[in-house]
Amino acid sequence: MQTSTVFLTLVALCAVSFFIGRHKSRLIGMAGGGLQTLHSLPVHYGYMAALWAGLPALLVFIVWLGVEAPVIRNLVIAELPAEVLALSLDELGLYYNQVVGVALGSVDVGVVDANQVTAAHRYNELLTASRGLKMLLVSLVAVIGGLLAVMRVKPDLRARNHVEDIFTWVLFACSSIAVFTTLGIVLSVLFEAVRFFQVIPMNDFLFGLQWSPQMAIRADQVGASGSFGFIPLLVGTLLISMVAMLIAVPIGLMSAIYLSEYASRRFRAVTKPVLEILAGVPTVVYGFFAALTVAPFIRNLGESIGLSVASESALAAGLVMGIMIIPFVMSLSDDIISAVPNTLREASLGMGATMSETIRKVLLPAALPGIVGGILLAVSRAIGETMIVVMAAGLSAKLTINPLEAVTTITVQIVTLLVGDQEFDSPKTLAAFALGLVLFFVTLLLNVIALYVVRKYREQYE
Amino acid sequence: MSTADANAHGAVPDEAVGLDVQDHVDVAHYETIGEPYVDNAKMSARNVNVYYADKQAIMDVSLDIGENEVLSMIGPSGCGKSTFLRSLNRMNDIIPICEVKGDIRLDGEDIYGSDQDTVLLRARVGMVFQKPNPFPKTIYENVAYGPRIHGLAHSKAEMDEIVETSLRRASLWDEVKDVLEQPGTGLSGGQQQRLCIARAIAVSPEVILMDEPCSALDPIATARIEELIDELKERFTIAIVTHSMQQAARVSQRTAYFHLGKLIEVGDTKQIFTMPRHELTENYITGRFG
Repeated sequence: MQTSTVFLTLVALCAVSFFIGRHKSRLIGMAGGGLQTLHSLPVHYGYMAALWAGLPALLVFIVWLGVEAPVIRNLVIAELPAEVLALSLDELGLYYNQVVGVALGSVDVGVVDANQVTAAHRYNELLTASRGLKMLLVSLVAVIGGLLAVMRVKPDLRARNHVEDIFTWVLFACSSIAVFTTLGIVLSVLFEAVRFFQVIPMNDFLFGLQWSPQMAIRADQVGASGSFGFIPLLVGTLLISMVAMLIAVPIGLMSAIYLSEYASRRFRAVTKPVLEILAGVPTVVYGFFAALTVAPFIRNLGESIGLSVASESALAAGLVMGIMIIPFVMSLSDDIISAVPNTLREASLGMGATMSETIRKVLLPAALPGIVGGILLAVSRAIGETMIVVMAAGLSAKLTINPLEAVTTITVQIVTLLVGDQEFDSPKTLAAFALGLVLFFVTLLLNVIALYVVRKYREQYE
Repeated sequence: MSTADANAHGAVPDEAVGLDVQDHVDVAHYETIGEPYVDNAKMSARNVNVYYADKQAIMDVSLDIGENEVLSMIGPSGCGKSTFLRSLNRMNDIIPICEVKGDIRLDGEDIYGSDQDTVLLRARVGMVFQKPNPFPKTIYENVAYGPRIHGLAHSKAEMDEIVETSLRRASLWDEVKDVLEQPGTGLSGGQQQRLCIARAIAVSPEVILMDEPCSALDPIATARIEELIDELKERFTIAIVTHSMQQAARVSQRTAYFHLGKLIEVGDTKQIFTMPRHELTENYITGRFG
């Protein structure tokens, strides 16, 4: 019995419960002198029956899926001969994997011993039994739940409120999934980062000015060389993000102002989607555009006026990243400026203010919180952006604030640390987690600062 | 007309939407009953027609507003009185589909003329809106907004002076003199509307247009605004659109009755409310419709 079959059966049982619940409530209602004698609409009784049938059964189903594999494993291993049980844990795991392979037909019977073949048969028996049992149990719970709900259908049952409550809980569960996922990611990064800091002192990492993780492979140089200093990466990241924001914020904001306040309806209807296409271009395309077109162009331009520009400069990467972010800033700002009440525009224009005075003195201050929020989202994107900088910014971790030189960023280093085959206990690999953690905190800090700025300078309308 | 500040936000006022007006080609000729013209006209409109795209909202309206008088405009919803009011300081310009034809003069000067500057015009003809709309700034900054953009104060002391005088004239000073740095949006509805009036008079306009200034206020706040209008007419010429006939009777010297985009009857307020000469006016003020 496949998982999908069980699931479809469950859906069918819910549907049946729905119709029975609805039908029964209608009968009761009509018998009692019309549907208005019921507390809720028949459809609410139907929903209630369906939810009672579906939710507990779904829970049983999920729990079963979770415990099925480990339980079967323990049962199969318990019946293995003593000499096999004497193997070390790792070897036992390997042995058991072969058993499962034989059972599923992916491992040839010829390469395993007789005990494994027997165990494979046992595995198949258990699996079949488990699937049958699962089907039975889930259906049973669903039928019982549905029946209970249908039995409770009475004119004074508040099915409508009941369904409302259940939905509130379902919505709550969904939102907590997002929270717990975030928490899980942060914690896993944190634990790996702690392992890294056990090898490399935190001071060397946070304040070191030298980044060359390759040297750390040789144990005698770990820590001592200070080669895990992340300051050059941070400076590189901020440098490129700064260049990007210098491009994206003015252009994005001004085009948003033009679109929302000056442009005719038709121009706006055409331009906004076109600019938003920019946001749909994959970043990898921007990446090779930056590396193959913009970077050489900037270098040639620099040479023609006597500047020495690296062939992979921070300027090129930042420039292209800024172009990538423009539609982002523009679209968010445009929505926010448009949301400022029209009465404020009229008030200002009615005082004899010009359009630009109205924008500078009334609309922008009123829209400020939203605009700062939008810019902040854009900064987070710039800091987290990877593809463009991998291709256009280079790998040399140089500590400089000259945008004409090649720099590297935190995300680029995370990529290079984890590309290819890696040992997951060397400081070199673990450094990626430490970098990830730092990236997380930098973004968090930016959020806090922006919140403070917004609260201090906002002009709240309504 | 200028489209410089026409934009996507320019919404047609509610009144014009769903307005069942005739096509502007066959405007029925009609005569306004009463005395639309006065000798000491501050503003004068002649044969004004206003269109929202192909719908005509105002038909051939001619009307004077006398110096230092309060003119009230009444009429059922959708009669075009707000539209007409907004033509007087070219606020209709910000509605892209709106078109004003005819001749409107302020002190004999054509306000729709090609050399007219809407910025200067709106400084001379101020406006107070239906819903109190203070800026999300402090009370002080709300009043100082106009003088600042027109460069009326040359020092902090002068600005303080303007703010105080304007707030006093709007009879709000005593209530807010200690909280000038609080946001204007934190005041009550009636105070907000008086703040908007203070903001409008801070640039020393000659005419103040009021578009149902009391429709969002309670009776007590309304009474205060009405008293205020009475005081303001010493200095300013006021045109007020209102749905309350009692208000029109209380505050104005002349009353104009609009119906479906036409100016039906104009006259002395007392006469309009006691001896209306047109059947439509009589029906309206006796409450048979509207």
